[in-house]
Amino acid sequence: MVESIVLSGVAIGCIYGLIGVTYNVMFSASRVFSFTAGTLGMLGGVLGSLFIVRMGMPVVVGFLLVLAVGVLFGIVTEIVAVRPVLKSLDQHLYVLSTLALALMVQQFTAIEWGTESRPFPRLFDIARGRFDQQFWLPMLACAAVIVSLELLYRHTLIGRAFLAIAEDTYAARALGLPERSLRMASYALAGVIGALAGFAGGEMLLAFFGNAPLLTFYGFVPVALGGMGNNRGSVVAGLLLGLFQQTANFLVGGIFASVAVFTVFIIVLLARPEGLAGAALQRRV
Amino acid sequence: MTEMPAAQLRPSRANALGSGSTIGALPFLVLLLVGVLFPLFGGGYWGVIATRACVYWVLVSGLNLVVGFAGQIAIGWVALLTLGAYTTSILTAGNVMPAFPPYLALAIAAVVGAVFGLIIGLPALRLRTFYFAITTLGFATIVTQVALAWQSVTGGGVGVPGPIFPEPFSSQWGFYYFCFGLAAICTWMTANVAASRFGRALTAIRDAEVAAEASGISKPALLRTVFLFSGTVAAVAGGLFAALQSYITPDAFTLDLSILFFIAILIGGRGSILGPLLGTILLTVLPEFAAPLVAWSTFLYAVLLLVIVLAIPGGIAEILDFKNRRPLESDRAIIPRPDLLARLLGAPANAGALTLEQVALSFGGVHAIEDLDLEIRPGQVHGLIGPNGSGKTTTLNVISGYYAQQRGAVRLNGAALPVFDRHQRAQMRIARTFQTPRIVGSASVLQNVMIGGTIDGEGTFVESLLSLSRHRRDEVMLRDTATLALAAVGLERLAPVRADRLQHSELRFTEIARALMLRPAFLLLDEPAAGLSAEEIRRLGALLLAIAQAGTGVLLVEHHADLIFDICHHVTVLNLGKMLAAGTPAEIRSHREVVNAYLGG
Repeated sequence: MVESIVLSGVAIGCIYGLIGVTYNVMFSASRVFSFTAGTLGMLGGVLGSLFIVRMGMPVVVGFLLVLAVGVLFGIVTEIVAVRPVLKSLDQHLYVLSTLALALMVQQFTAIEWGTESRPFPRLFDIARGRFDQQFWLPMLACAAVIVSLELLYRHTLIGRAFLAIAEDTYAARALGLPERSLRMASYALAGVIGALAGFAGGEMLLAFFGNAPLLTFYGFVPVALGGMGNNRGSVVAGLLLGLFQQTANFLVGGIFASVAVFTVFIIVLLARPEGLAGAALQRRV
Repeated sequence: MTEMPAAQLRPSRANALGSGSTIGALPFLVLLLVGVLFPLFGGGYWGVIATRACVYWVLVSGLNLVVGFAGQIAIGWVALLTLGAYTTSILTAGNVMPAFPPYLALAIAAVVGAVFGLIIGLPALRLRTFYFAITTLGFATIVTQVALAWQSVTGGGVGVPGPIFPEPFSSQWGFYYFCFGLAAICTWMTANVAASRFGRALTAIRDAEVAAEASGISKPALLRTVFLFSGTVAAVAGGLFAALQSYITPDAFTLDLSILFFIAILIGGRGSILGPLLGTILLTVLPEFAAPLVAWSTFLYAVLLLVIVLAIPGGIAEILDFKNRRPLESDRAIIPRPDLLARLLGAPANAGALTLEQVALSFGGVHAIEDLDLEIRPGQVHGLIGPNGSGKTTTLNVISGYYAQQRGAVRLNGAALPVFDRHQRAQMRIARTFQTPRIVGSASVLQNVMIGGTIDGEGTFVESLLSLSRHRRDEVMLRDTATLALAAVGLERLAPVRADRLQHSELRFTEIARALMLRPAFLLLDEPAAGLSAEEIRRLGALLLAIAQAGTGVLLVEHHADLIFDICHHVTVLNLGKMLAAGTPAEIRSHREVVNAYLGG
């Protein structure tokens, strides 16, 4: 029993962590938390099922198409919901514009795809039990994303440009960095990560439109607890969240487990609004 | 303040009220008439729709104070509707304990709603916008899940029957009038709050939080009150909703409903009562006209939300605001009337001084201020000058409690001022202005100035809600004082104008008028002359000197050397956080280091 709690906890924690990274990548480039992070995860699952099961595409083609849609949705988010409201960041209009976009996609999915959960394809018919792909796929995806991001940020020029934008947008712009293109690239990258998270977790979460608000919430918990913009913090907090949730699931049952997660989340945030690993922001008058 | 004769300024008061009382009430009266007469021309099904609109508005009216006025992005308010619906239904059904009469059940639901409104709202006091939005969203999902899972009480997926209100409210139209009456009361109450110092304080928290704090507005206390009220009416709406549905299951409380409430407010426009009311009616009725689109309604709401945010952030209220589309005179001058200051500020308060003793503060390795001594005396203008980054604004922020000094003390009349106690500074009659004017752009100039007098009101939130006599007295007093303050700084003709239509220099004088509302013992000004013309600077100087002569101690942070040397009694020069020199203007002007470092020459 402990084994299955740990396995499913870590796997689902990886998905939450990846959605957290999706939030972070968008936030770093624009100081915007976008409600579309969970929607990307939902799309990964639904589109995976659509392409591979319903349309019968080969797994690789379906997978690449899912990522392509992620890129597209990321870019659309940037153009439609983020760029127009960046001028007035302090008015928090981005909360509303990204919410609107997320809702549109979610409702569209609900109507066109249906409101019930549909199965996600088995990608590789190999091991079952503890080595089942539904556990190791999210873990693999999470590890791949973290390693790639580290490589990108540390060893490539564009990665360093991302870091510069995240650190100080004005200074980066003054240095001549193409801020707008970098922001779009970040949103495209976030699209890939979010869609990948949903695709890798497809078998656990199924292809279900309601995963969007669920992932938006559970994916934000690691961001809030791990510190904004801190990818490693997000993944660690995501894993803890997954383990906590699965344990609570086993001990008190599914619905009260979400109550437990929510309560812990609120209490921790009220005690440490800057997150467990973050530093308090100095306010400026 | 109240006994102050302000008769000669009354005409502009009527002008400022213009939209508020006479013309402003007209749409509400029309809606009232339509609502009362509705059963005469509406058929049976339309009765259900009209009742539903009333029920929704009961909730939205309260949520409007949270979202539209306080600017808190509360998305998951359907949670409170759910709670109210289940509490009322379960208590009247008697499946858990002996059955209650429906009115008592509704009242208990209201109390439960108030408590949970407060609980859902609490994170808003500490967390950033998006965090709060997410927590309300999380709450909404969880309440529905609990309703589904707690079968012994809620009936799970099967549900519970809703309450039936006894005669005369049991018939369809009887129940309609019951809901309509409550909706009308909610409209009246929230309109009262909107026009009160609490309503203005909420918009100040939304658009100019630091200015709200400097005016003595306590954000936590005010938001707690508003969450209590909003939770109460939301739960009452829930009880009515359950009665209207006649049978409730968790399916009835989808997030779509929450989005509808939220978007109704934004379509209506923030900081308005009429706009969200029309928005609620619109969103309730719209799907009925386009039956094939019902499945798409939430999608369309989302599209609408995006369009509103990107194209018309002001919503319906802005479209209906004809008054503020009239062009303003282009050649308007600010002509202060210092002679009014004596009446505005009254007799000088106690004559203690505001002193800084060896104050030091550093950010990381940067010494923002080091061992600073400063004394601001009543009746004098104290100039604080120095190059950019020399610590002037930091000093001001330490005095007004935004930063805590690491060493030294700030004393008022000998008693140390508590650190980080921003909104208490107003109680001590320490007022300030900001380097960038912090103004509520969508409120009128008069309302902006009235914000400055918030702490002088005596009525409570409940008195404002019910428009009792103390509330009305407060409003008259605040309006008269604000009119006087505007006249004193030379802006009374702009009193009814939306503040975001003003020129930069006018905003600076508006901020001074707002600060004067506190009858300040000390007035801290952060570069008030920046962006002003030479003539305006001269008038500003005369005004500040007159303020000091009325007994106020003025601290003037400024770059305009002429202004400083013209009106200051004492000048302190900072450089890189250290005190470079202090003395009379004549001493400073001839101080060699000051001339080298700063004045040039």
